Amino acid sequence: MTEVIATNETILVVGGGISGMTAALEAAETGKQVVLVEKRPYVGGRVTQLYQYFPKLCFPTCGLEINQRRAKMNPNLNIITMAEVTDIKGEAGNYTATVKISPRYVNERCTACGDCAKAVESEFNDEFNYDMGKRKGAYLPHRMAHPQRYILDPAIIGTDDAQKAKDACQVNAVDLDMREEVIEFNAGAVIWATGWKPYDANKIQPYGYDRIANVITSVEFERMADPNGPTGGKLTRPSDGKEVKSVAFIQCAGSRDKNHLLHCSRICCMASLKQATYPADDVAISIYYIDIRAIDRFEDFYQKVKAKENVKFIKSKVASIVENKENSNPTLHGVDTEGYNRYADEHDLVVLAVGMEPSVDKAGFPVEITINEEGFIEPAPENGGVFAAGCSSDALDVNRAVQHATGAALRAIQVVNRVAATEG
Amino acid sequence: MSDLNTAMIEKYRSSFLKEVEANVEEGEWVKMCMQCGVCSGSCPLGKHWEHPPQEIFMMIRAGKREDVLSSDAMWMCTSCYNCIARCPRGLPITHIMHGLAVYSKRLGLTPKKQPTAEFSQIFWDNLMKKGRVNELKLGLSIYFKDGFGQGVKNAMANRKLGQNMMKAKRMNAMEMFSGHRIKDLTGFQKIINKAQEIETGNIKDFK
Repeated sequence: MTEVIATNETILVVGGGISGMTAALEAAETGKQVVLVEKRPYVGGRVTQLYQYFPKLCFPTCGLEINQRRAKMNPNLNIITMAEVTDIKGEAGNYTATVKISPRYVNERCTACGDCAKAVESEFNDEFNYDMGKRKGAYLPHRMAHPQRYILDPAIIGTDDAQKAKDACQVNAVDLDMREEVIEFNAGAVIWATGWKPYDANKIQPYGYDRIANVITSVEFERMADPNGPTGGKLTRPSDGKEVKSVAFIQCAGSRDKNHLLHCSRICCMASLKQATYPADDVAISIYYIDIRAIDRFEDFYQKVKAKENVKFIKSKVASIVENKENSNPTLHGVDTEGYNRYADEHDLVVLAVGMEPSVDKAGFPVEITINEEGFIEPAPENGGVFAAGCSSDALDVNRAVQHATGAALRAIQVVNRVAATEG
Repeated sequence: MSDLNTAMIEKYRSSFLKEVEANVEEGEWVKMCMQCGVCSGSCPLGKHWEHPPQEIFMMIRAGKREDVLSSDAMWMCTSCYNCIARCPRGLPITHIMHGLAVYSKRLGLTPKKQPTAEFSQIFWDNLMKKGRVNELKLGLSIYFKDGFGQGVKNAMANRKLGQNMMKAKRMNAMEMFSGHRIKDLTGFQKIINKAQEIETGNIKDFK
């Protein structure tokens, strides 16, 4: 049974991505008690799935390592993974949260040796790599996963594979009797950091993501570029595995569009500019855009990418993509805005720079909260002691999400300080 | 927005854009175009257009009055609504194209021999006579619009279709003599005249 010691002076952080972790750590390091609830089996969220950050092209693993170390060192922070908040009742300074914890089937004795994964035969789509590639039924979600603990896929429970995993474990860490738990605990303030998800590219019908193999999304391209990713860092075509010689990026795929997301997702321009630096210099890159939104200091990065000889910018929102059946090349159709030239351009691979949408559905919030038209949380006084952090409040890049999360931590701290003052 | 801002916007808004906003159906949408080009790329007849919709919108904002109104571009629209369905800003592009066509017709700037414009005129005249479309006469008027010789050729080329339509009772040869009509033709014409009067009254002068 998971024990959580919490009072009205505890801060509950919902979501352990870069925003939730930042808010939790900042609050915990001021001496506040923090409970962090994360849906995935590990913290770090979507940042763990990035290969490089813009604009410095440094590795997210670096900052992740620092944050994970801070988390391990801090006795005020209690991280519960594979857990979801199902209900929050009460008011600022006095909340009761209900949390559902899914069984991991591996306890804290796990040394992450990997013997269970070797013993298990069944394989599943690897969600860490957006279903490109496979993982075992017993697996470590990614190399730097924190907690560094294996997990058994619930689908193998009750099969021979589960027993094999148990038998292979030398430290007796596999516990097949684990069951779903529902726990309740108190909190004075809540930081809501449930983050974002990539817009479903299948909904952009004219781009054929659902029917053209060589049309992929930007998050998939990011995994392909990662040496630890499904292709070992090679940029290859999903249709035939051939090395990619020309890539097209389509901006605003689902963003700034009345039929899809109303808002500008803010990160996609910079993400595509960053991704344009991944392929070798002999790969022809075309970026189709409405306008490049590389704001303030990012302008320098835009100019740097613009100066690359293999990168071409086409001012046009692509109208449709048709597959050339002979070579599986996606053909982009449209009219450009600089001269109104009609084009039909063939590329080896097309990357849709998909937009950001809030990961929690408008109707799915277990707590009363003010949400805007796009599904993001508004900073409304009616939210009481619930504060949004990071991408649950708006489409933000990592830098701005971290700043926003620190702000949310400060707001939550003020609430629990008030509680402390009245309770003496 | 401050008064100064509003004043500056007014100053720089071209008079042709103002004219389109005032006199063209759905014309107030033109300024909402963000020049992404999805309409032009999505148009099935796009390559036959002198200026695709996105370019037309830019020309309006650039004040190219004669070029826009005497263009045959907006007459090419077949009302497939692909552009409206895909426009990320929700512009009623099809309706704007029709609005521009109507306005250019009103000003007498429509290119001569523009087939869609000619057809529209013939259809209108036909409808106005009896309050119902006389398909036999409509068909013949279109066949013979470019002269007697061409008309006979057109009629001969399509005679099988005509015969089949008559067999299927889709067309009646007797329509040639008087043709069916609505009950209250005078009332109908009154309605149309009044509507036209209102429409004309709403047109603002930009000369």
